[in-house]
Amino acid sequence: MLSAFWLLLKRDLLLALRYRSEIFTVLFFFIVVISLFPLGVGSEDKTLKQIAPGVVWIAALLASTLALDRLFAGDYLDGTLEQFVLAPQSLPVMVLAKIVAHWLLTGLPLVLVSPVVGLFYHLPVNSIAVMMLVLLVGTPILSMIGAIGAALTLGLRSGGVLVSLLVLPFYLPVLVYGSGAIASSMVGGVSIQPYMLLLSAFALLAVIFAPWATAAALKISLE
Amino acid sequence: MTLKVNNLQCIRGGRELFSNLSFELQASQLMMLEGRNGSGKTTLLRALCGLYIPDEGEILWQGERIQKQDEAYRCELLYLGHLNAIKADLNVLENLRFNTLIAGETVTDDALMAALDTIGLYAFEEHLTRQLSQGQKRRVALARLLLSKARLWILDEPFVALDVAAVTLLQTMIASHVEKGGMVILTTHQEVPLTSGKIKRLSLNGNSLDGGREIGHA
Repeated sequence: MLSAFWLLLKRDLLLALRYRSEIFTVLFFFIVVISLFPLGVGSEDKTLKQIAPGVVWIAALLASTLALDRLFAGDYLDGTLEQFVLAPQSLPVMVLAKIVAHWLLTGLPLVLVSPVVGLFYHLPVNSIAVMMLVLLVGTPILSMIGAIGAALTLGLRSGGVLVSLLVLPFYLPVLVYGSGAIASSMVGGVSIQPYMLLLSAFALLAVIFAPWATAAALKISLE
Repeated sequence: MTLKVNNLQCIRGGRELFSNLSFELQASQLMMLEGRNGSGKTTLLRALCGLYIPDEGEILWQGERIQKQDEAYRCELLYLGHLNAIKADLNVLENLRFNTLIAGETVTDDALMAALDTIGLYAFEEHLTRQLSQGQKRRVALARLLLSKARLWILDEPFVALDVAAVTLLQTMIASHVEKGGMVILTTHQEVPLTSGKIKRLSLNGNSLDGGREIGHA
């Protein structure tokens, strides 16, 4: 069971390394969206600090949905997905491997590049640390929920747009808790712990349910 | 080892493809599935794999419904569809290794290379499959048959895109699998000569009232 996980994870990472542009589209989209805001609202220190938490998370949500339609589309088109369903392995475990690979390629780069955002928005150092932490916990949730949407819209003609409409409402808790944590880190004497706990709870819930729900949705899409 | 199908009915897009379809397949038997385009051959094969849930009827493997057995049945099954299930950005060897390992087999690199030699892809191991011709891609997919321990092969138009030499090779592979006690179900217009074992034919060409008919044994 674990061998199938590593096998698939390794394959997806290898494929992504051979075809690197996919990683960079998401990353550059994130950076571009974030750098548009200071140009639009002006570079006043106070305003930027105020909008930074929301902007970071909204950019992360949009960047994450951008990559979703490719999560299963390639395997669906060349017949590999059919073979995953027929393989004598646990489908949810294989789905989890694909989600983890997807997060490593599209979620983790956002976490790593986020200190740059701090520079654009004049954030204090401790807020940048908090921002990286919440992105680290929050972006896997986006990949998990997104996978369910991607599986449900697989093979549909306008799947790309539909998947955004489908999953964005479910991203709301991540947006609220995630930006809440960053905002409260800038106010003295307010703990970020409640936000972190809620976000972690949500992440655990997603890890438990998303692979199963995605596997079921994939089976329906293949029929 | 038996595969039994009872009163199967499949409806797609409001059109009944077949109904009351029943047959039984034993070890050392090969079943040729015949029928015009759109008669439901692929749908039947996908239903036999468990990829498609039939509207009526049941499919039994060793006397038990395939939906209940799950992994036990999938260990016995090898399905090759219209799509080759190979990644264009992996090379030939990587594709075959991944496809074999994910199907739960354990293989050495030597065995993989030997299989590629047999299938006629010698010296192509390091080529990305996107650079190969249609026939060569099909060969990469078919190389799995040489390494699989699955007893039931379900092949959807396996001879498509193959050249004469590869057709002969595949015919021998199928025949030897049947002779060793395996089961094969395939859709094709190509005959497979068997020296032992039995060929069954199933036609889906009947009108929708009497559904598929079994039209005799060879």
